[in-house]
Amino acid sequence: MIEIKNLHKSYKMGSNSLHVLKGINFSVEEGELVAIMGSSGSGKSTLLNILGMLDELDDGSYDLDGVPIKDLNETKAANYRNKFLGFVFQSFNLINYKSAMENVALPLYYQRVARKERQEKALKYLEQVGLREWAEHLPSELSGGQKQRVAIARAMAAEPKVLLADEPTGALDSKTSYEVMDLIQKINDQGNTILIVTHEPDIADMCKRIVHLKDGVIIEDKKIEQVRAAQYVQ
Amino acid sequence: MFSKDRWKEILEVLSSNMLRTVATAFGVGWGIFILIILLAAGKGLENGIRQDFNGVATNTMFMWTETTTVPFEGLPEGREFNFKLEDVELLRRNVPELRIISPRNRLRQSEGDNVIRGTETGSYRVYGDYPEIIEQNPVYVAHGRFFNHNDINEKRKVVVIGDGIRQDLYEEDEEAIGTYLKISGVNFMVIGTYKEKTSDGGGQNSEREIFMPFTTFSQAFNRADNVGWMAITAKDGSSISELSEKIILTVKQSRKVHPDDKRAIGFFDLYEQFNRVESLFGALSFIAYFVGILVLISGIIGVSNIMLIVIKERTKEIGIRRALGENPWSIKLQILMESIFLTIISGMVGIIFGALFIYGINALLDSVGPVDMFLNPSVSLGVVLVALLILVVSGLLAGFIPANSAIKVRPIEALRTE
Repeated sequence: MIEIKNLHKSYKMGSNSLHVLKGINFSVEEGELVAIMGSSGSGKSTLLNILGMLDELDDGSYDLDGVPIKDLNETKAANYRNKFLGFVFQSFNLINYKSAMENVALPLYYQRVARKERQEKALKYLEQVGLREWAEHLPSELSGGQKQRVAIARAMAAEPKVLLADEPTGALDSKTSYEVMDLIQKINDQGNTILIVTHEPDIADMCKRIVHLKDGVIIEDKKIEQVRAAQYVQ
Repeated sequence: MFSKDRWKEILEVLSSNMLRTVATAFGVGWGIFILIILLAAGKGLENGIRQDFNGVATNTMFMWTETTTVPFEGLPEGREFNFKLEDVELLRRNVPELRIISPRNRLRQSEGDNVIRGTETGSYRVYGDYPEIIEQNPVYVAHGRFFNHNDINEKRKVVVIGDGIRQDLYEEDEEAIGTYLKISGVNFMVIGTYKEKTSDGGGQNSEREIFMPFTTFSQAFNRADNVGWMAITAKDGSSISELSEKIILTVKQSRKVHPDDKRAIGFFDLYEQFNRVESLFGALSFIAYFVGILVLISGIIGVSNIMLIVIKERTKEIGIRRALGENPWSIKLQILMESIFLTIISGMVGIIFGALFIYGINALLDSVGPVDMFLNPSVSLGVVLVALLILVVSGLLAGFIPANSAIKVRPIEALRTE
């Protein structure tokens, strides 16, 4: 599904150049649930941004579902993001003047799906994350966990190839975190490919594979026994 | 482009901070309001002044005699002289571009009343004229008839009087036509009354003049073939201003006036005067547009500013949208449409208030009666359309910079913004 070879990325800071990713080789199969771990500054977010086509790579190659991702202009990148990727952010990033349902329907709008179908699909995904009856509420009327579930529903609505989650539980207490992880695991059970950036070991343990990043290189990449989040959720 | 969702979003964004939107809209609305009011005021002035020219043949000059200032062919300077009827014929032959040449005479107004009807008397101006004068003066015959060439040829003692004189000398429902007036001791029959084409109330002298056939006048008041002054109108397509030199030279020759004597013959070029007023109107509407558009520009800068702030506030939202796969062009279009929508709506409000204001002024003018040199201030549909066009263009301009800055921010940076 994802194939990365010899990926380099550096940022220019005035006259200095900060080499963030120093030759990453990394691949993800369909249906995997991968945790990318590392301390602050290890390059994990940069990796995720490049995977999410929010940032450009300097050197190396990146194939997504067999499509080489390179020389993207903004229009093309937007198109690919819409077709291939779903995003979940630490700070939820819902649009605050749109209702939960409208937020979920947004990626479908960019795919030019008809209004009625959009709403039906949005409701279906809200149903999946258990927020069917909150469809008409604004984000400000939802709790943190609910917001993140709306965000996950939004990420899933466009039926992406890969779901990218950047610290999805970073702003949640542990109980809510487990609820969200339970949801992510269920989505993964349906065969969706998911990448999670986290620095919390307990969250990482709920994935099927952990990739450790340190100073821009992968120091460890291991498959693990998944801890089911459901046991922590009443 | 005109999808329901896009409009919904525009309304959501603009109504999310209503006070700010209204304050911004006020700038543009005010600009258009000022533009409309200025143009209407200019138009009102134009209408008022044009009305004074209404019915007057503007391609006209007036010419009269003064005293000579240069001796010529043995004749001394300081000589008084008169035009003669033969000069009129001479002009007709020598200057074929002229349409009407009206020789005119006027009764010298002595103190006291010069017109008597029974026990009623009055003091009025009395003119000897040819029938064509009615084409040069802004009057029309209200009752009866004007005199014609038969009256001229037979020197009939008939007069046409102003409606004001009829009101002065006659009872309310009395028939004036067929009655006799004694003018400076001579009896004349009234054959018609006239009214002025302009209805601005006028002064004391309006519709209080008496016209009689030129020949009758000459005979009754001993003017022989003297001509007091001439009203000369050129044919359409010829400019009287260009002909005036030739006309004056012609009469100078026949009156034995030195060709370089600048003060022997006085004249007044109505056309030149009219043109001067016309160019004043042009200048007025230029000033109106200039000032109005300047005011409008400050409103547009306001819109542009607010749009930039809105973009700044929405940087993160734009980042989210782009992460979700919105096309940058779609974002650009959205911002442009918000800006155009805001300017057009506020401009419309400005136009509506401008129109109401003009309506109010008109109602006021109607109720207090006519005001000198100001009539029916209005803006044409064309001006409104131009204003709308200006609004669309300015909305585009106002949105252009913000829209560009919105898509210049990379989504990753936009997402980082808190």
